[in-house]
Amino acid sequence: MNAQLRGFLVPVVAIVIFLAFWEWLVWVNQWPNYKMASPSDLWPAFWKFKELFLIYGWQTLWRTVVGLLLAVVFGTLLGMVMGFSRVAREALYPILVGFNAIPKATVVPVIALMFVGADNMNTVLIAFMISFFPIAVSVSIGLSTLEPEYRDILRALGASRMTIFWKIALPKTLPEFFGALKVAVTLAFIGTNLMEIVEPHGKGLGHLFDSGKINADYPLMFAVLIALAALGILLFYGVVLLERIFAGWAERGQT
Amino acid sequence: MSTPSDAQIELREVTHAYKTDAGPLPVLDNLSLTVREGAFCAVVGPSGCGKSTLTRLIAGLMRPDEGQVWLHRELVTSPKPTVGMAFQNPVLLEWRTILKNVMLPLEIVAPSMPMAQREERARHLLHLVGLEGFEDKRPSELSGGMRQRASLCRSIVHKPEVLILDEPFGALDAFTREDLWQTMHNLRAEEPFTCVLITHDLRESVYLADEIAVLSARPARLQYLMEVDLPKDRPLDVLYEPKAVEMLAELRHQIQIAQGRAAPDAEAAA
Repeated sequence: MNAQLRGFLVPVVAIVIFLAFWEWLVWVNQWPNYKMASPSDLWPAFWKFKELFLIYGWQTLWRTVVGLLLAVVFGTLLGMVMGFSRVAREALYPILVGFNAIPKATVVPVIALMFVGADNMNTVLIAFMISFFPIAVSVSIGLSTLEPEYRDILRALGASRMTIFWKIALPKTLPEFFGALKVAVTLAFIGTNLMEIVEPHGKGLGHLFDSGKINADYPLMFAVLIALAALGILLFYGVVLLERIFAGWAERGQT
Repeated sequence: MSTPSDAQIELREVTHAYKTDAGPLPVLDNLSLTVREGAFCAVVGPSGCGKSTLTRLIAGLMRPDEGQVWLHRELVTSPKPTVGMAFQNPVLLEWRTILKNVMLPLEIVAPSMPMAQREERARHLLHLVGLEGFEDKRPSELSGGMRQRASLCRSIVHKPEVLILDEPFGALDAFTREDLWQTMHNLRAEEPFTCVLITHDLRESVYLADEIAVLSARPARLQYLMEVDLPKDRPLDVLYEPKAVEMLAELRHQIQIAQGRAAPDAEAAA
């Protein structure tokens, strides 16, 4: 079997086995669907609300991606500042760690009050706030641990700091950056959903989940969970694809 | 102080200290050294005596506390594109192919040079060091010796007047090292550069250099200078001839003096 086919088949078979096991578990225990919906209950729920899934799914997706993009820009800039300046690193670290330690569920109502009605912006803001930290830290570590010899090979030729950054520091930090981005993408997704569920404003899959709860439509709630998982997987592998393109060199052949 | 007309590298009474929490740590003490144009000077000395500091001063990456560094009758105050450097760690960029790694200095020093010309130059050097056919490989696909060969190519691709080698063969196994010594001789025959080689290997210094400077323990000063009176085109066997063996014995003796394990004799002071 060739590697590509295997790379596709193995996960698919694993998912099928997982779903079968789930179905069997519900069936053998005779659980009612308010305790645990089975996969066979989910499909009708999906189908019934398919348009809502698309609309709300899109809202969740774009707000997550925009929040993540903001986190990438801000996190990278912050990481650059901390990576190049020791003073900045020492000054900013405690603030950042403290900020990151605050559970974001408590920040959600604060933000919602601050910008009442601007629900898209609030959601993007939470997705951003929850996800920039790992990016900033990894970029700063990547830059501050750059071996001096790497800098010297260009500095000895009279290259400017900017040239050294573009030609050496930035590409060398890419593997760490993408490692952090994989964490950040999941966090941003959590941030979006936090806003959608804690401060309902009629948008996103979080809202769909809430309506399922209010209407006691348990299969719908489970279907939303599955949709969230699917979106999360989509986002994660999007990052993996970018990593392959931009930092594929860091992957060693298995020899 | 008069400047010999053919001096390419000249250190004049260079004194340098590092600032540490426990006060200044002197590393170089009134060190003077001259290397004439086209010569190959090996610098040996006890561990931690400030040899690497010396390379950074010559390269203009640091400025000495006192004294001056001159390259080709020009006072060094900042890095110059007429200098090439290679280190013990080959520091190849993993995201570039070997060819692109070798071409890197040209992007800085000669941005107007046509791409084809840069590539031709890099390919020529890779051919000289025996890396033909590896141009499109990544550094991670090469052995340590091959990476160091590529690193040497990169250090001279922009035709530097001064080449600074900071223990480039230090981490290689003995046979690979000897191979690279020969590569170094081949490169010298083709490329005109003045070279300073920092090394811990006395055989390496005798085999490669025209003159050998022995530095004292930290703070380093010039303790002993030896002219290597061997033919320029030397086979490896030369190291086993009486003349070379004598030189090695003297160098070893000098290192022991520098380490404080042997008493300085009258001859060494001369």
